[in-house]
Amino acid sequence: MKITVNGETRETASETLGALLLELGHGDARVATAVNEAFVPAAARNGLRLAAGDRVEIVTPRQGG
Amino acid sequence: MPVFYGTKVASPLMLGTAQYPSPAVLAESFRRSGAGVATVSVRREAGGERAGQAFWRLIAGLGVRVLPNTAGCHSAREAVTTAQMARELFETDWIKLEVIGNADTLQPDPFGLVEAARILVAEGFKVFPYMTEDLVLADRLLAAGCEVLMPWGAPIGTGLGLLNPYGLRSLRAHFPDVPMVIDAGLGLPSQAAAAMEMGFDAVLLNTAVAKAGDPAAMAEGFAKALEAGRLARGADPMPPRDMAAPSTPVIGKAFL
Repeated sequence: MKITVNGETRETASETLGALLLELGHGDARVATAVNEAFVPAAARNGLRLAAGDRVEIVTPRQGG
Repeated sequence: MPVFYGTKVASPLMLGTAQYPSPAVLAESFRRSGAGVATVSVRREAGGERAGQAFWRLIAGLGVRVLPNTAGCHSAREAVTTAQMARELFETDWIKLEVIGNADTLQPDPFGLVEAARILVAEGFKVFPYMTEDLVLADRLLAAGCEVLMPWGAPIGTGLGLLNPYGLRSLRAHFPDVPMVIDAGLGLPSQAAAAMEMGFDAVLLNTAVAKAGDPAAMAEGFAKALEAGRLARGADPMPPRDMAAPSTPVIGKAFL
């Protein structure tokens, strides 16, 4: 199915957010996630089923002022 | 030293982590500044570079408290989601709340700010709102549950200093017991000293240090200015007067 990850459209076979993170190589990384503009806590990622058209945000710690 | 939400921090200097020429310069600037708080952000990872993980290790090594921000958010909803992600990433309920209302001045949107603050306080966040020096906005943010206020000195990144001393003094006088931080717009240590002389508890800055020719030296300069301003405030400064008054006694002067 087609979803959007960090603003870019991509095809994925992952059925859950947890599986998508593994697919993208974020399995052991310190990241936070949101789907369709709503925060998804780490503990809820494996239970969150993705649907076509979902907008996924994956963020990491960065420099800020 | 200032106390925010019951936590004493090591220094009245809160220092940003963006725009430094290198991670080594960032670390050295923090060391010489003695800053007790580092502001950080959350951003999308570009490609597979894992820059976020390297940055996390750098920040963890500084030994300072982190204050994540919601920089770049233009709505309350966006800011709330960003804050929730930041809380999980940085393992802190402190959040520097930015809701930008104008793209040119990066002026806070007071309405979105109050709306987001109310939601975040209800969710257990300890909110540090980046705000204008507006007295009524301050009142609303305190009513929403904020226990710290962060009025701007000038627009972010301008280095213009304290543009509205009257408004800032008025804010300080109306809420004498609320911890207040001047956030944004400072360019020189003398401006930070002036903020402390006015009675502010701390300053938050980034560009003035990161974009200086020698960031670490500038960081130390700010730290010393803050200490000078804090001492002056506590020393009960003399009132200014219009007419001259001799400091040397007149009595005993030789009659020539």
